[in-house]
Amino acid sequence: MPVYFPREIIHAANGLAVGIFGGGDKKLILKGDAYYQSYICHMPRSIMELVLDSHFEGFDGFIFPSICDVIRNLSGMFQLLEKGSFIKYLDLPQNFKSHIGGEFYIHELQTVLNSVYKINGVEVTPARLNHSISLFNRNRELIHRIYAIRQDFPWRMTAADVYNIVRAGYVIPVEDHNAILEQVIALVSEENGEPLDKIRVLVMGAFCEQPPLGLIRTIEMAGCYITEDDFLLGSRWIMGNIDTSTADPMKALTDAYLEKSTFSSSVYDVGNPKEARLLELIKSRNVDGVIFAAPSFCDPALLDHPILQKMCNDRNIRFISFLYSENTGQFKVIKEQVGTFSDSIKLWEEPLQVKK
Amino acid sequence: MSKDVAKERSMIIQKEMIANHFMALSTAKETGKKVVYTFVPGNISELILSFDMLPVYPEINALQSGMRKKSGDYIRDAEQHGHSEDVCTYVKCDVGMMINGNIGPTGEKIPNPDLLLLSYTGCFTFLKWFETLERLYPGVPVALLHTPYQEAHKITPEMTAYMVKQLKEEVIPKMEQVSGNKYDEEKLKAALRNSSKVEQHIINIFDTTKHRPSPIDAYFAGVYYIGPINSGFRGTPQAVDYYAELYKEILERIDNKLGPITPEGVMEEERFRLVVEGPPNWTHFREFWKLFYDMGAVIVASSYTKVGGVYDMGFRVNPDKPLESLAEYCMNCYTNLNLQQRVDLLSKCITDYHADGFLVNSIKSCNSFSAGQLMIMQQLERKLEIPIGFIESDLVDPRYFSYSNIKNRLESFFQMLEQRKMIINRA
Repeated sequence: MPVYFPREIIHAANGLAVGIFGGGDKKLILKGDAYYQSYICHMPRSIMELVLDSHFEGFDGFIFPSICDVIRNLSGMFQLLEKGSFIKYLDLPQNFKSHIGGEFYIHELQTVLNSVYKINGVEVTPARLNHSISLFNRNRELIHRIYAIRQDFPWRMTAADVYNIVRAGYVIPVEDHNAILEQVIALVSEENGEPLDKIRVLVMGAFCEQPPLGLIRTIEMAGCYITEDDFLLGSRWIMGNIDTSTADPMKALTDAYLEKSTFSSSVYDVGNPKEARLLELIKSRNVDGVIFAAPSFCDPALLDHPILQKMCNDRNIRFISFLYSENTGQFKVIKEQVGTFSDSIKLWEEPLQVKK
Repeated sequence: MSKDVAKERSMIIQKEMIANHFMALSTAKETGKKVVYTFVPGNISELILSFDMLPVYPEINALQSGMRKKSGDYIRDAEQHGHSEDVCTYVKCDVGMMINGNIGPTGEKIPNPDLLLLSYTGCFTFLKWFETLERLYPGVPVALLHTPYQEAHKITPEMTAYMVKQLKEEVIPKMEQVSGNKYDEEKLKAALRNSSKVEQHIINIFDTTKHRPSPIDAYFAGVYYIGPINSGFRGTPQAVDYYAELYKEILERIDNKLGPITPEGVMEEERFRLVVEGPPNWTHFREFWKLFYDMGAVIVASSYTKVGGVYDMGFRVNPDKPLESLAEYCMNCYTNLNLQQRVDLLSKCITDYHADGFLVNSIKSCNSFSAGQLMIMQQLERKLEIPIGFIESDLVDPRYFSYSNIKNRLESFFQMLEQRKMIINRA
């Protein structure tokens, strides 16, 4: 489940960590609605639909990283349904000191590994884990390169294509995904297509429940290039490489979580304010504006918006905001809103000068 | 319904305690007392008080704003400042109250915090709430105490060790810094001895609903009973005295075969015994309660009265292990239990207190309670074959309290209970 889980440890245990992001706009919800009130976000009900329709029968275990109360309680629902050999709510530490939160995190990860060991008997040695970490290091590097190319040449590949390619990494082995990413980079490193008169935007708020592809396409069709986003945030959660030369790779993974995590609505930002980090991202990606697109009823994302939007207002950064759900099917209103946003910047505004 | 609504001594004591607390808060700047904002679930007030600081609970402020019919305006003001309609209304009410001068229930200003103690237990939104408060009160230090969830149906030594380290290295040093006082473990132990006594009193009090008629309503009156321990009096001798007096009064009610006290006097006929899951609605609290006592329905147990601590399964704070005990107290709060534990606890309540029905008041604002409630209902229905009722409202947003909808649903539920009783009696 979203947002972040160190897939390296499952890979090292000879397993495949599959990302479950709900049923999107492909799955008709019939049974899932019987498990959730109308005022709870959409993703957990589509996950319930998937599990009740036996889509997860081949899975050995389910891991629910801590995001919010809804996902936390979904882990309890899976426990009551007795699905898989193990169900783990992974309590990601909110304390970022190595000997406090770090030790707790290692214990949490070890609990997962113990459960996997009971299934396949594979022992995760330092060598195995270092190898897995190196593969995921490479994976993140390649994804970052794609985002970097898109920043300079966004017309070469649509945001929806980037999304699909990154998401593929959640259902196939990392080795295969890296091979695909390398092919994609070779392809988009050469000029193709024509630049269009679009503004560059950063899309924020979709860290957990994913927007439908139609929404991503709509934003681009309405006059924007999405050059930064928080879709599938877990794939880029760790910023930079994780040390693969250590005899204690579990600690290296932990240190990376504690010291190199990106910012997210699911992590408390004591001493590292998220508005400052968003501002850095806006500057480094050189975007013209921000689109705050969050799932309906998402407390973490929506409670961040006043904080982030205040920063945008204070710094003269243009933004718009709207809600979606993973199965939103009507994009006309959003297209008009985004189109107006894009036009207003293209026609009337000077290039973004972020106030100091 | 008896119209004798004379206040009992415990009510007068409680009113004085709360008034004195708010008075102490309103004069905190003059007296030099430091003020700590924190939350009810996992409220480690004993530690705060051991540093001679005063706790403020934003949820308590919000619910009191709801009862005083001020929350609607506060929420509207917060929404005008960019907060979404979709999010927790406690947060918006608190933000709105702050925008409007932070006036507390006694009409006096609640002082700004000197420390934000984010002891978050069982509610992820608390994190987001304090991120907001941190920006509203710039420069105020934050002490974060992460309470691990009981995902594996138990508290492990690693979970306790994680919390104790946080207490020792994050929370206590910040309290020392803010208060100017050194950590005094003997003082904390003395407070925990009081808490332990209070916890036993609370269990005794809520256990009296085994009697017929039940001498108390464990939801509507229950929220008043848990008031002192959840609003700044954990660990105090006043709390011990209050709960001793309350228990004595309830025992007298049992001796006199009296039903629960309602705002309109003593409920004379007990027709239905219910267990309720979920917080109450605060904006229409009296009307909401009346829907029950008018029908002779008494709540014999509720999950909400366990939100600030669960003592039913034997947990008591242990003064000999003060920090471990605070950690385990936090991890034992109701919303920090996983769904299976919640089902087991509710099941125990339904059985022990001979409930006729189980009712969920599903709160739009509170995912911590609400997400999973429909599955809890299914589980209990299957396990105990008990009639289940379901209503929806909100904590403090008056827009989500629909009197007629709730009344219709409750009437249908009570009819179902009545018919079931008739069938059982015939058999």
